[in-house]
Amino acid sequence: MNAESLIQAVKDRFPKAVEASHAYRGDATVVVHRESLLELARTLKEDPAFQMNFLMDLTAVDYSAFGTKPAPAFFASSGVAVRPSTTIPDKAPWPGPPAFGRFVVVYHFFSLALKHRLRVEVPVEETDAEVDSLISLWGGANWLEREVWDMFGIRFRGHPNLKRILMYDEFEGHPLRKDYPVNKRQPLIGPDN
Amino acid sequence: MTSRLDEAIGWARKFSIFQYPFVTACCGMEYMATACSHYDVDRFGAGLPRFSPRQADVLFVVGTISHKMAPVLLRIYEQMAEPKWVVAFGVCTCTGGFYDNYATVMGIDTIVPVDIYIPGCPPRPEYVLDGLLKLQAKIQNQRETGERSAPEPRPEFSV
Repeated sequence: MNAESLIQAVKDRFPKAVEASHAYRGDATVVVHRESLLELARTLKEDPAFQMNFLMDLTAVDYSAFGTKPAPAFFASSGVAVRPSTTIPDKAPWPGPPAFGRFVVVYHFFSLALKHRLRVEVPVEETDAEVDSLISLWGGANWLEREVWDMFGIRFRGHPNLKRILMYDEFEGHPLRKDYPVNKRQPLIGPDN
Repeated sequence: MTSRLDEAIGWARKFSIFQYPFVTACCGMEYMATACSHYDVDRFGAGLPRFSPRQADVLFVVGTISHKMAPVLLRIYEQMAEPKWVVAFGVCTCTGGFYDNYATVMGIDTIVPVDIYIPGCPPRPEYVLDGLLKLQAKIQNQRETGERSAPEPRPEFSV
């Protein structure tokens, strides 16, 4: 399936769960409510129409500082696109960050059999940063979810071993949150700077 | 004031460097290039890396050291028998390099004393051999007791 038909198929199957969708440069994205995530993921994996047996990536985005600062000069002058190009036509441009929620948990599913790919975004609020774990479907989600917990402080309901994976246990806070001070150092040994 | 015995011990030590390669990152590629036959580090008596710190004379710290790794590095250093020397291989071990973040140690000399700094990202093998020769000169001039020289003071500066 191409991006548009994939989005349509997901919308047909889960009309209430899909909050928004877009297909930017041929990459399909659906934004879904977290209550529907586990069911949606199971359908994507097991339904013959999708057959998405490969969890390519599981990560998160902190949108709390999005758009509050000008683009770094390096990117502005390098030709790297900091916003969708106006010169390249795009039928469904990126609509921007989700309407609610500080964080977005991002899943990339891929079908090895049908060669199609879907990005699923799940917005979560800061005060209740928790989504369902996908370990029951993909064992590989285990470490990916631990990394998201470590870096962003988003919990995964049903994870059997939700502890830090990159940082050490003594580390306080979640370093990829935008409100983590960029100069804060927490060495195990040695000076603080 | 160097006696003939000091001179002989220094000569023997500087040509029998048994390194412990503490390799954590991409600098390891240049370390391997230096150690292999093309650059032939064996010409300088440093051809036999030991993979136990108890058998090593020189700790080659090759690659970025994270805060999580720092206690391990210190423990390796403490397991080495005197006389021992430390080489900071690559700019990450010298100063932290281009990393300035929550995860990276800003130079291993905040954790262990360093004898020779070899900057570069990564340093070319010729640069490594130059550092090795400087280390040999340092070893040659050390006193008979094997007491290590004090690490060079680093300039204090603030950004």
